[in-house]
Amino acid sequence: MMASSYNAKEEDGHHSGASSGAGAAKNRKPDNTAFKQQRLPAWQPILTAGSVLPAFFVIGLIFIPIGIGLYVTSNNIREFEIDYTGESSNSPCYSCAKNVTWNSTEPCFCTVNFTLERPFESNVFMYYGLSNFYQNHRRYVKSRDDRQLNGDPSSLRNPSKECEPYRTSGDLPIAPCGAIANSLFNDSLVLYYIDSNNSQSEVPLVKKGIAWWTDKHVKFKNPGGNSNLTAAFQGTAKPVNWRKAVYELDPSDPENNGFINEDFIVWMRTAALPTFRKLYRIIQKKPGATPTLPSGNYVLHITYNYPVLSFDGRKRMILSTISWMGGKNPFLGIAYITVGSICFFLGVVLLIIHHKYDNRNTSADIPS
Amino acid sequence: MPCSKLKGICVGEENWVDSRTIYIGHKEPPPGTEAFIQQRFPDNRIVSSKYTFWNFIPKNMFEQFRRVANFYFLIIFLVQLIIDTPTSPVTSGLPLFFVITVTAIKQGYEDWLRHKADNAVNQCPVHVVQHGKVTRKQSRKLRVGDVVLVKEDETFPCDLVLLASSRDDGTCFVTTASLDGESSHKTYYAVQDTKAYNTEKEVDTIHATIECEQPQPDLYKFVGRINIYMNNEPVARPLGSENLLLRGATLKNTEYIYAVAIYTGMETKMALNYQSKSQKRSAVEKSMNAYLVVYLCILISKAVINTALKYVWQSDPNRDEPFYNQRTEAERQRHILIRAFTDFLAFMVLFNYIIPVSMYVTVEMQKFLGSYFIMWDDEMFDEELGERAVVNTSDLNEELGQVEYVFTDKTGTLTENNMEFIECCVDGHVYVPHAICNGQVMPDAAGMDMIDSSPGPEAREHEELFFRALCLCHTVQVKEEETVDGIKHGIHQGKSTSFYISSSPDEVALVEGMKRLGFTYLRLNDGQMEILNRENEVEKFDLLDVLTFDSVRRRMSVIVRASTGEVYLFCKGADSSIFPRVISGKVDQVRARVEQNAVEGLRTLCVAYRRLSPDQYQEVCQLLSRARLALQDRDKRLAEAYDLIEKDLILLGATAVEDRLQEKAADTIESLHKAGIKVWVLTGDKMETAAATCYASKLFHRNTQILELTTKRTEEQSLHDVLFDLSRTVLRQHGGMTRDTFSGLSGDCTDYGLIIDGATLTAVMRPGQEGSNSGNYKEKFLEICRNCSAVLCCRMAPLQKAQIVKLIKASEEHPITLAIGDGANDVSMILEAHVGIGVMGKEGRQAVRNSDYAIPKFKHLKKMLLVHGHYYYIRISELVQYFFYKNVCFIFPQFLYQFFCGFSQQPLYDTAYLTLYNISFTSLPILLYSLMEQHINMDILKKDPCLYRDIAKNSLLRWPSFIYWTVLGVYDAIVMFFGAYFLFDNTTFTSNGQMFGNWTFGTLVFTVLVFTVTFKLALDTHYWTWINHFVIWGSLIFFVVFSLLWGGIIWPFLNYQRMYYVFMQMLSSGPAWFSIILLITASLLPDVLKKVIWRALWPTTTERIQVGTNAGRNGELLYKIKKIFFLIVLWVFWNNCCN
Repeated sequence: MMASSYNAKEEDGHHSGASSGAGAAKNRKPDNTAFKQQRLPAWQPILTAGSVLPAFFVIGLIFIPIGIGLYVTSNNIREFEIDYTGESSNSPCYSCAKNVTWNSTEPCFCTVNFTLERPFESNVFMYYGLSNFYQNHRRYVKSRDDRQLNGDPSSLRNPSKECEPYRTSGDLPIAPCGAIANSLFNDSLVLYYIDSNNSQSEVPLVKKGIAWWTDKHVKFKNPGGNSNLTAAFQGTAKPVNWRKAVYELDPSDPENNGFINEDFIVWMRTAALPTFRKLYRIIQKKPGATPTLPSGNYVLHITYNYPVLSFDGRKRMILSTISWMGGKNPFLGIAYITVGSICFFLGVVLLIIHHKYDNRNTSADIPS
Repeated sequence: MPCSKLKGICVGEENWVDSRTIYIGHKEPPPGTEAFIQQRFPDNRIVSSKYTFWNFIPKNMFEQFRRVANFYFLIIFLVQLIIDTPTSPVTSGLPLFFVITVTAIKQGYEDWLRHKADNAVNQCPVHVVQHGKVTRKQSRKLRVGDVVLVKEDETFPCDLVLLASSRDDGTCFVTTASLDGESSHKTYYAVQDTKAYNTEKEVDTIHATIECEQPQPDLYKFVGRINIYMNNEPVARPLGSENLLLRGATLKNTEYIYAVAIYTGMETKMALNYQSKSQKRSAVEKSMNAYLVVYLCILISKAVINTALKYVWQSDPNRDEPFYNQRTEAERQRHILIRAFTDFLAFMVLFNYIIPVSMYVTVEMQKFLGSYFIMWDDEMFDEELGERAVVNTSDLNEELGQVEYVFTDKTGTLTENNMEFIECCVDGHVYVPHAICNGQVMPDAAGMDMIDSSPGPEAREHEELFFRALCLCHTVQVKEEETVDGIKHGIHQGKSTSFYISSSPDEVALVEGMKRLGFTYLRLNDGQMEILNRENEVEKFDLLDVLTFDSVRRRMSVIVRASTGEVYLFCKGADSSIFPRVISGKVDQVRARVEQNAVEGLRTLCVAYRRLSPDQYQEVCQLLSRARLALQDRDKRLAEAYDLIEKDLILLGATAVEDRLQEKAADTIESLHKAGIKVWVLTGDKMETAAATCYASKLFHRNTQILELTTKRTEEQSLHDVLFDLSRTVLRQHGGMTRDTFSGLSGDCTDYGLIIDGATLTAVMRPGQEGSNSGNYKEKFLEICRNCSAVLCCRMAPLQKAQIVKLIKASEEHPITLAIGDGANDVSMILEAHVGIGVMGKEGRQAVRNSDYAIPKFKHLKKMLLVHGHYYYIRISELVQYFFYKNVCFIFPQFLYQFFCGFSQQPLYDTAYLTLYNISFTSLPILLYSLMEQHINMDILKKDPCLYRDIAKNSLLRWPSFIYWTVLGVYDAIVMFFGAYFLFDNTTFTSNGQMFGNWTFGTLVFTVLVFTVTFKLALDTHYWTWINHFVIWGSLIFFVVFSLLWGGIIWPFLNYQRMYYVFMQMLSSGPAWFSIILLITASLLPDVLKKVIWRALWPTTTERIQVGTNAGRNGELLYKIKKIFFLIVLWVFWNNCCN
């Protein structure tokens, strides 16, 4: 109304004249600081063809060698991938794939033979890969309780609501709760080398060092320390899809059991895309000059527990060497070469433009 | 009873809707008189504050959520609270809370200032007469009916009816400068029956009641009557506006007055008059809102598309609910439509950041803080006035860079409104006071007779009569003291402390000029005017009558009796109103001189006299008294009487008074012209004078062809013909070269200037009886105006000024208008125009108060528009575009991610990133940019006004550039998302073989995003002060430090630890670094390329000048170094190709 629209400012200089009226006028001269006068010293760069040109050439000259380097590195990486899903009738795991459901009790075994044409030098990393598996689905991603996994006893008994519908089983709280834990990948893969006299020798697979160090040592903790896990998980139920309880994941090694089981931790780091791979085992480099995996025939023994055909998924086993830039990925190298070449090409174009137009402009403004 | 005596007043009584009765001094009327119902009146408290301590929070919240943007974010927040959405309510709640809090603090502070101002006003002491004694009261405790004592130079605390004054005649002088801007002294009258009670004791004995209308805002209307009980016999007297002293006005030249409070507090006319100015919105704000609508559509369509795709994709139950990812029972129970709707809402929430909350805060902060640069500007500080520029609204800063039409007042805006007597001409002989021509060479002095070489005795008699006439024919008062507001002039510098005061500065200039020529007006004493003649003798004249000035007659007269007994009538006025009444005198010579002076831009007046015989005088007296006593049509009868009296005059001569052009006014107008701004002068002055000023101020050039649309012409031809004639003239010339005049600066082709006067304008604007025809007139008129480089409108009434502004505003191009003026008569156009600017002139501060910006002098307009306006426009347009751009970059990857996560509304970024992206990672650089950016030096902007054309017509915020920015944002988003996608595609990029998850994916995209968006701004910055460096690099460092910290600790208050060590792990991988560098480069590449190529191939004037100054600054050396570098590069390139 009137009252609210009436502004007190209008009154100055009359009733309260002394405060803002003529008396203060002399003090009103603004300070002459560079900031207030908007005259701070400043660098005034301008993007012209002339000034950008060198940058384009420099980028081109730097990016192309980097790209070539990356591409070569990526090409030098050995990678072998084998799909053992068994969706077609002639694949060795066909029967397993048909019979296994998530709640079947009997494990199913199958073996896959393959040949490595060239030996794998240095450490070899063994991955399992899943396709069409939406680990990044929102309902799935949030279905976990990080407090529980951190060993918080109250969360162990009373898991977060986010874990629904994998929060309780009967009356007992599930440990570890949630959809992610519930769907833990439980195929086991064992690799045998078939040497020249047809005898199989097991390739030693190391299961340590596959999870982030910080996850293993800080983020994931067993409730009540690592000793006597059976007692610590007393009063909790195993996830419905699991065959065994969480404290039975690796009974042989108390440092790899319960929540700090590395396979479990790896699984709990949800993948970004529906086709993903996860580190399964590491094959350590052998001392001496012998390659880690010599070329030849191998057989992969699979305990086939994990059903994927229901959602049209695929399972793969991947063997890969690693360079300083990780696994095989030509993208980065190609992208660097492309961007570098574009920059170089644009540099040439700009050079032409610069000579044709910029000179004209500048000479028009500054005579000679 | 009273009614029978005062029929005239009682007739109006029926029209009163309501009336109030006031007991003076709270004394009950004697019993037996009409019983009045005692009413309740508010106290004298002025409340301008909006809030109290208690209602601040609810009321402020309510007001804030009435804004559409805030409401939108509130809804988003509530949706997040109610349904299961992908992001936590914190992500939108925190920014919203931030916005609301900042605004509330600002408004609270402003309200606190208002409270303080109110308290100062309300507690200021007032003298009240109680029981025969003067007591002091706080102003707010004043009640209706209190008798108040006001002393000289005090302001009236409320609306008062004057009872008595220290002057015997019961008059007092008042200046209402703060109300209507008129600094003149107005006379108010006490009620005749109470004027004798002029001590507090006597006043206390007054026994009377006042009946008057309820308060209404019209300052000049007041109807009431006073019933005075003398010996229990009521006497009724009429009260009018001449009895009413208004709150806010100041008592002048009167020692003290007694008056009774009628309207108090919020019911005073002043309070009723301060209505809120209608909110002005800038063009930038309008385009911002248009963009917002576009983005809202994008947002909704994104959500709809995703929802639809989600259900298509989910139609396979194994996708919808694979064994590893089951729904809860409750979710399954829900109806599919409800599920779809919540999904839609969830997508809306996920993508809602595309409409940036923080943009509103940033824009508001930019405007508020940015306006300080105007106030701080040293070049807009006026030493003489001790004033600097004032910003009343910061909402329109950028509008200053968009002005296409400037409407300026003449007197006091273009000119100084400081009248100086230049010369007088008696019978064709020109007299120039020495004081003026000191040091000045008069241009055509040869043809002039100077005062020393006066001709013969007969002429000499005329000459003295002329001087005496000017000394006598005026309403100037002499003020003996120094402390006078308004117009100050020392009679004798150093000797005496007397000043001449008058409502008209011209009169003061004339009387003072006479003093320089030897005739000094001393004082008015007992009805005798005393003047000191050249021989230092005091001459006395009896002042018999004053025929006051009015704007219709445009002249005034006095009737005086000289000591010799002769009675003279002296008349002075505009040439047009004097010449027809002259019967003898050297009319031709005087007329020639007057016209010459008018052409030179001087204000001219003619002086004539008439000797009255005793008989004639008697007749005049009768005529006057008869007219003055008339109860009906008094004004009309007085005018008739004046008309009869002021005739048969003998011409004495003419005077010329100069109103000098303000310093650099011409330069300013020229610059505005060069900047492509059309300047119109709207003045109440007469055509010749105004035209002369226009020539002097370079509005019209020598080669400007003047088109006249004046009464003179329309008398000869019909308006219709004149209009069509003119438009034909104009269009013939401009038909083929409209484009040319727009871009051409020299203007070799004929310039047109239009002169139109008020009367003709009324005819043009009149809503036509013939319907279509008048609309035609308007259009024709507009068409003519559009093709004229300058337009002069003279003889304008204040309302007509506003009408003109409105007409142009409403024309089809909808140009941005700016009105500048200094007086109360300019207020209407200042309020009407897009931007209103007040000049701190001599005519009060009304214009300044109603303006959006106020500047001390007209010349400051140049810097205001060309520098500040330009900068603000550049800054805010970048701000708006950049804000939308960075949010497209931000949200579009999230949209793309939906295609890879089963349309499950999985956010790509962590909650902390979602929340802080707009409020801390990317907010400060753009804010600082929008405060500091100077794409060109301000000196160049001032020197080269045509740069202003580069940003005309909202050029930086038009759809093409908006689309460019949006496309750029989408491109960057695609590069960032798919760059990360291919990097993550089924492989690892760590050297220990370990895998990264979805949060690393998001963090990688986000890191590239923050860097790209900040570097993009860095590329746009042309003015790198240490502050810019600090903020740009600082916010990047802040982002990195924050990310390290956020992922470095298991935060106990969070129930998820998904970001734990994600950022560090990412940085520990080499390819992540490589891809960050690559993606940033690839994102910025097209923008750099576009900039460079556009600059090289189609440079704007701005860009040309930037390059020019840059090359000039860097000098030849750098240029040569560059050349050598190119040659080397070429050589390398050549070798590469050959090998």
